[in-house]
Order: sequence, then C-alpha cells, then structure tokens
Amino acid sequence: MRFLGAIGRTTLGILAAIGRVGLFFGAAVTHLVRPPFYPREFALALLHIGWLSLPVVGLTAIFTGGALALQIYAGGARFNAEAVVPQIVAIGMVRELGPVLVGLMIAARVTSSIAAEIATMKVTEQIDALVTLSTHPMKYLTVPRVLAATLVVPLLVAVGDVIGIFGGYAVATGTLGFNAAAYIQNTVDFLELRDITSSLAKGAVFGCIAALMGCYFGMNSGRGAQGVGRATKGSVEAAAVLILAANFVLTGVFFSL
Amino acid sequence: MITLSDVHKSFGDNHVLRGVNLHVERGTSMVIIGGSGTGKSIAIKTILGLVIPEQGTITVDGQDVTQTGDRDAFLARFGMLFQGAALFDSLPVWQNVAFRLLRGSLARPRDEAREVAIEKLRRVGLTPDVADRLPAELSGGMQKRVGLARAIAAEPEIIFFDEPTTGLDPIMAGVINDLIREIVTEMGATTMTITHDMTSVRTIADNVAMLHGGKIRWTGPVADIDAAQDPYVDQFIHGRAEGPIETVR
Repeated sequence: MRFLGAIGRTTLGILAAIGRVGLFFGAAVTHLVRPPFYPREFALALLHIGWLSLPVVGLTAIFTGGALALQIYAGGARFNAEAVVPQIVAIGMVRELGPVLVGLMIAARVTSSIAAEIATMKVTEQIDALVTLSTHPMKYLTVPRVLAATLVVPLLVAVGDVIGIFGGYAVATGTLGFNAAAYIQNTVDFLELRDITSSLAKGAVFGCIAALMGCYFGMNSGRGAQGVGRATKGSVEAAAVLILAANFVLTGVFFSL
Repeated sequence: MITLSDVHKSFGDNHVLRGVNLHVERGTSMVIIGGSGTGKSIAIKTILGLVIPEQGTITVDGQDVTQTGDRDAFLARFGMLFQGAALFDSLPVWQNVAFRLLRGSLARPRDEAREVAIEKLRRVGLTPDVADRLPAELSGGMQKRVGLARAIAAEPEIIFFDEPTTGLDPIMAGVINDLIREIVTEMGATTMTITHDMTSVRTIADNVAMLHGGKIRWTGPVADIDAAQDPYVDQFIHGRAEGPIETVR
C-alpha cells in the first residue's frame, strides 16, 4: 500500500507541476498580446540569447559534424557504403543533432542564466520592487525572454546545421578523400524542404521551452543562495528533459505521420 | 487614510499575522516596531498586494485594496524603499531612479526622466557622477540613498520604508533618518516605516505601533512611547534581554 501511495503522490506531484507550468505559459501568452510592451528588454534578450550564443553553438556544431563524418565513414566501410557520408551528415545534423544540440546548449547557457538572474531578483526583492513600480514581472521579465528565444533559437539552429555540415565537409574532404564539389552537391540534392522546416520548428519549440523553464523556476525560487542554486539546477534539468521529449514528439509528427 | 482591520496571514503552520488592526492618518508618519520575524514587512506587503491576506480588510482612502480596478494607478500612489534597496542590477543608477518615469502611465521623454533622476539623487545627497554607475559599484549607504531617490522619484503620496537603516553605520543611519524626515515633511506624504532602530523611531515617527505575536500590541504618539505602560514595549525600546519577549525565537 505504501508503494502504491508513493506512486500516487509522485503522479499527482508531476501532474500538478505540469498544471503550474501550463498556467505560467498561458499567463505569458496573454501578457504577450496586452500592452505595455518592453521593446528594450526584448532587444536585450535577442542579443543575449541569440548573438552571444553563436560561439558556443558554432563550436558544438563543427565538432559534432566532424565526428559524425568520421563515424559514418568508419561504420559505412563495414559494408562498402563510405560514399553516404555527405547525405547522412546532412540528414543527421539537420533533422536531429543540430536542433537537439543547440537546444541543449541553450538550456545550459540561457536557461541557467535566466533562472539564476530572476531567482536572485526574487531573493533580493527586485521582483517586489518591480510590482511597486507598476511593472508586471511577467510582462517585463518573462514575455521578452520567451518571445526572443522562440524567434532566435531557430536561427541558431539554422547556423548550427550549416556549421555542422561544414564540419563534416571539412573532415571528409580534408582527411577522407572526398571531392569538395561532389560533397556539396550530394548534400544539397539529398536534403528536403521538410528536413529544414522540421529543424527550424524544433528550434522554435526548444527555444520556448528553454526560456520558459528559466523564467518559471526563477520566479518560483526559494529563499537565499540555496534557493537560487536549486532554481538554476531544476530549470536546466527540466529544460533538457522537456527538449528531448519534445524532440521525440516532433520527430514523430514530422517524419512518422 | 490607510486602515488594516483584522488582517490574518499564515505561511504553512506559521501564523505571522493574527488579526492586525492599524490606522494611519493622512500626512502622518507611522513607524512599526517589533522583533525580527514578527511580520512587520508582511503587514506592509499586504497593503501593496505583494502578499494576499487570508482574512481581514485593508483600505486606502476607504477603498478596499483588493478592489482597486486600475492597479497601475493604485500602485502609482506608492513609493517603497526596500530593506536591501532592491535596485535593479542590470540598470544604471539613473534608470533605477527614473524607472517609473521611463515606462507605463507616468512615462516621460528620456532626457526629462534623466533630469528628474539626477535632481532626486541630489536631494538624497548624491552627485550626478553616480547616475551612470551600476548599483553593484556603490556602497550600502549609497544604495540606500538611491533606493530612497527611486521611492520619491514620482512624488508618491504614500511611502513605505522597510528597515531604512539596517546594515548602515550609525552616522550613515543618522543621515538616512534625517533625509527621510526632511523629505516626508516637504512632500507631505503619508509614510509607514519598519525598523528596529530606536533612533530612527524618534527621528522619523509621528506615531508608533508595536507588532508582537501577530497583533498590534501598542500604538500611540512617539512622545508617549517612553511612558507606555506595556512591558513588551518597555523591553523593546530599552533593548533588554530580560522580559516578556522571548529572546530565542
């Protein structure tokens, strides 16, 4: 009975958490369409989430693309299929690795930063100060960040896809003896529009999840340094798991239905 | 002007407010004293709607604060100096002071808002060169002054001060106390101040209320506090370890 009770409590806890996040997201959406708007906060969020994430996204993508080319070449050699390197690198990067790795890097870099910043603001009464200055924290802190991440992460994914493919190209043409023009031609010929739209759509969903989790955990932080630490850790864990779960669902939607 | 009637608030098993009754007249300075953790800050936050009480009513000019309609207009009547100043780390000092003047219903052109901010900084004894610095670059006393400048920037009719001198040296505490008294007198604002500091009480207060056990234990004019026939008040204002207030909380 105790075991069943524990399962019940855990299930109720998870459902309650999903409900709270859902309500938080709903509130963010309603504030998105109601003035006042904060364009300066939105522009700053675009800068922090988009522009300043480019180095980490680029480095992640280029190494992943290179490693992918080496693996496919080595694996393909077992059944004389080395020539599929350009096609598999392209499809692997654009459909899966590009969006997922960029999503996870954004969860590590942006979600943690948003959660720590907002949690610290809460602990130091800056959120209360916002309210007393007639500024709704949801409009001022959450909406600009979630909107910016939803719009800019697809662009980061696109950049990551291109750099990842370039990583594979550099390894394939530099060390595996592939012809440069043929590699590019094979890549372009093999990719379909659906591959690219799925990649960008995943980017938008992952960006939204990453920023939303940062804001949600930050706003619901406990007291003191420990509260900030827990909020930051929880936000990254939740964002990473939700991104991977959403990736599974979106892959099903785009490629199995 | 501000009336709290039978206000209750709990956090789990911790019943912080157990029926607070308090009235603050327009244009007067009410100081709330009491030990740490007795709910003084919570009482003030219930007026602003930052904390929602479970029971009781709070009115400002006879209007229930939960039925204010236009919340922005309601909050625009208030200014608040937070205990740790609560300045926005990411904004320079002048934008902190002019925060309300840069956005929302009280928004003004940027240059004008900056001028007001610099004037308010001068009023609290800070020079214009502080305006472009970030809050983290200022000392605790300077941060309190910036917080004070922000609280008065939009010339509110009601101002709350949450432990304005905590963490400051005695001289800086004296400076802040004098500033609050001067500003409140010249603005004619209604104020509520939370403090443990009896020097602050005697400098700032017209009236004093002591909060203990979740209720207002004693209230009266500051001139009467030394003659108050209440052992709790007597122990608190003299800082005695012995008395009815438990020293281990």
